[in-house]
Amino acid sequence: MTTLAPTDPGTARQRRSRASSSLTRGSAIGLGLTLTWFSLLVLIPLALVVVSAAEGGWQTFADTLRNPQTAAALRLTVTQSLLVTLVNVVMGTLIAWVLVRDSFPGKALLEVVIDIPFALPTIVAGLVLLSLYGPQSPIGIDVANTEASVFLALLFVTLPFVVRTVQPVLIELDRDVEEAAASLGASRFTTFRRVLLPALTPAITAGAALSFARGISEYGSLVLLSGNLPLKTEVASVRILTYIENGNEAAAAAVATILLVVALLAITVLQLVSRAVARRG
Amino acid sequence: MGIEITGVSKRFGDFVALDDVSLSIPSGQLTALLGPSGGGKSTLLRIVAGLESSDEGQVVIEGRDTTGVPAQKRNVGFVFQHYAAFKHMTVAKNVAFGLEIRKRPKAEVKAKVDELLELVHLTQFAHRLPSQLSGGQRQRMALARALAIEPSVLLLDEPFGALDAKVRKELRDWLRRLHDEVHVTTVFVTHDQEEALEVADSLVVINDGRIEQVGTPDDLYDKPASDFVLSFLGPVTTLGDRLIRPHDIEISRYEQAAVVDGPITRWTRVGFEVRLEVTPTDPRHPDPVQVVLTRSDATALGLHPGDRVWLRPQSGADTVVPA
Repeated sequence: MTTLAPTDPGTARQRRSRASSSLTRGSAIGLGLTLTWFSLLVLIPLALVVVSAAEGGWQTFADTLRNPQTAAALRLTVTQSLLVTLVNVVMGTLIAWVLVRDSFPGKALLEVVIDIPFALPTIVAGLVLLSLYGPQSPIGIDVANTEASVFLALLFVTLPFVVRTVQPVLIELDRDVEEAAASLGASRFTTFRRVLLPALTPAITAGAALSFARGISEYGSLVLLSGNLPLKTEVASVRILTYIENGNEAAAAAVATILLVVALLAITVLQLVSRAVARRG
Repeated sequence: MGIEITGVSKRFGDFVALDDVSLSIPSGQLTALLGPSGGGKSTLLRIVAGLESSDEGQVVIEGRDTTGVPAQKRNVGFVFQHYAAFKHMTVAKNVAFGLEIRKRPKAEVKAKVDELLELVHLTQFAHRLPSQLSGGQRQRMALARALAIEPSVLLLDEPFGALDAKVRKELRDWLRRLHDEVHVTTVFVTHDQEEALEVADSLVVINDGRIEQVGTPDDLYDKPASDFVLSFLGPVTTLGDRLIRPHDIEISRYEQAAVVDGPITRWTRVGFEVRLEVTPTDPRHPDPVQVVLTRSDATALGLHPGDRVWLRPQSGADTVVPA
């Protein structure tokens, strides 16, 4: 026993230093796989889009953007996605709250229904929306061929994102933190603003990012209801498809690159918001 | 003054958590609510804090009837078992929370926070986040946060329950000293009798939603009102037809006027203690009797495993007839 004791810490130290200086074989393989996978699926295709946009030259890029129809499509896509994300941040958080904190008959059913917009093939969602809010609407609401149809379709397909990101965080939140705030004199509203919201913000922004990204890329659920009217209800993804159908791949890549930049910008801004709110508490 | 609890009852569905409890907790004392899990002690504490409402009864804190007063307006400091730290705020911000809610001037808040952090020895951790503190430090932070609002009473719900044994011991010594300094009426809930006996000025033993006994640690240990209190406050064994503490039994290797005699059938040594089990030869009392004595006593008496011994209560020892 006594001879073992001095050697023990030595081997422990060795093991530790090896782990910190280089990867073990297992994690090296893991990292390699991750990078290869990520490159094949994401990095290379994205780089290609940018490259093909650049191939057309700056002129094609500028021309595409200056095209009124394309500009209108991009504006509509980004505006509606922003609006929808804003609504989702509020409604999604509220729905998550109700699902976690309240018990009511039909709760289990609602839990399942929440995911349907997400699970449904988007063209089916489009069909559902068309039959309910189209010209033959049984409830007399016809938003077909208007901007509202884009808004509605995006709302439908992005509903689950904020709910599903906020819900698990809300479940994990300790109730005694709220009780502590109450015993210190904080009103329900103050407790929400200063204690709960900072804890939920990372989840809310993650959900918002997903929702926005889905919004700017949406195609299937809105093509039927929106009618794709140029300058009015045509969205960016439809515009890309038109360019490709007309053989103008450089222009399609240019629009795609713009969407890529917008998505990156949105994710960055949401990250910053998340950090700022978390720190403010 | 202090806390006056009158006729408080609380049910959760069919489960009766508190059954017509009345209790008077004097001002400025450190009182322990002691009892087994699910006995109702935490529920009582939470009712006093306004975190739970009672079905019946009245709670008066420092002369003020709290019926219908929400937790926010009771000015009660509450410390939770799992710290309930505001994780995204620094230690200083956590402590300042109650004062900021009350819209105190910035300078006053800062002075008070500094003073409290000094009191709980966390001054150098003021700008850390709770996740960077140990369990004991987090609980001290929670205590400072509760004290910041200058509460009329300080309530602690199993405050040391989540800590390891060593830290728990340090922290309860520290709580005792803190109370001697601050003198706020303090009630803490625990299921650990040693903790209660060591720290509290007075004990309230609660079981099955009822109060079993109220008194000083000495009263309860020496004059238990029931066999429940006796067995809850410390180890207990059956000698003949009476309950007695294992260290209150006189043991001898020589025949004497004894309640029970028999061989030593089990011998466990724990530190300075020797714990014996004696199986009585008398078939009317077949249950083994536990005896505890110091190792030096065991050596002096010349005891060995398997020896036949005679047992009787030590003179002056309290025994209780089981209910």
